[in-house]
Amino acid sequence: MRRYLADLHIHSCLSPCASLDMTPRAIVEMNLKNGIDLIALCDHNSAENVGATMRAGRRQGVSVIPGMEINSQEEVHTLAIFDTEEQALAMQEVLYAALKGSNRPDIFGDQVVVNEFDEVEGFNDRLLIGAVQMDIYEVVREVHRLGGLCIASHVDRPSYSILSQLGFVPGDLELDALECSRNGSPESLLKTLPPPEGRAPALLTSSDAHELDDIGTASSWFIIDTPEVCELALAFRGERGRRVEIRSGTG
Amino acid sequence: MKVKDVVERFDLEPMAGKGGLDREVRSGYCGDLLSDVMANAGAGALWLTIQSHKNIVGVAVLSELAAVILVNGRRPDEDTRTKADEEGIPILGTARSAFDTAGLLFDAGISGTGE
Repeated sequence: MRRYLADLHIHSCLSPCASLDMTPRAIVEMNLKNGIDLIALCDHNSAENVGATMRAGRRQGVSVIPGMEINSQEEVHTLAIFDTEEQALAMQEVLYAALKGSNRPDIFGDQVVVNEFDEVEGFNDRLLIGAVQMDIYEVVREVHRLGGLCIASHVDRPSYSILSQLGFVPGDLELDALECSRNGSPESLLKTLPPPEGRAPALLTSSDAHELDDIGTASSWFIIDTPEVCELALAFRGERGRRVEIRSGTG
Repeated sequence: MKVKDVVERFDLEPMAGKGGLDREVRSGYCGDLLSDVMANAGAGALWLTIQSHKNIVGVAVLSELAAVILVNGRRPDEDTRTKADEEGIPILGTARSAFDTAGLLFDAGISGTGE
């Protein structure tokens, strides 16, 4: 068992709202500089930069989990994380089939697909900032069917969060964890959540980095054996000695 | 009717995008789901919402809306104001609810379809 300092919510230059500096090598290097050795790359509704970032991470000793941040029909953001690039791309196919519209780079920003050497491979022209026509329950079901985990994004934020859009966290929604944003307080967040029916939901903090300087502003410790989804699931449930610890303070 | 006429008549507070106060108002739409607004609000619509983040400006530009009215006393985020100023999309504030604001606008002859 070992301790990983993890940031499971990082965007790349594929997300229209993220900086063009957020390229695979730059992301990996910035995380190394901040002592973070486990990250998940989660672009909006897409995993097209995941493979390149995984390869860049492997080269430099940062474990990169393939993921994406899904915008459901209710405009609730949820992170989906997987073990393999293939699983993430399978989820991406499900999302693309449910995502309408084309991006307008002049309004929303460029969506750059890059390789592991930070070279531009092309541009994604889908409306990645849009909402997929799947409700949050379908999203969670599909992610689990493909072997992934679901983390509700920045639940303390006033927009695009499960609390802002649904008012509360439904007890029958099988989320694996809740994310507190980098400026939020996990303690006060737990107080605002209704008492859980079973155990308290696992809580983690992450940076939701859209720019290089955001990296390292929030992270969580994972005490796990290997950086795999099955281990993260155990940590979220606090089983077999695995656990998540919110890292206090920033920087 | 122009956006500035609506501002004056209903005592709305222009909070950003003042360069667009001469835009023509053709209809109105209420909604807090951006995807719904993109799908259903017509060009020239006044959009009533509680959402205050930057993407509301993107939606307004994309759908060629006349202006955004933030109801319930909501204030735009700082990056929303910057973007609205750049794009010339007026962001107007009111302490009234969406229901009451829509009622006033409807009484003044602004309808959902613009007819």
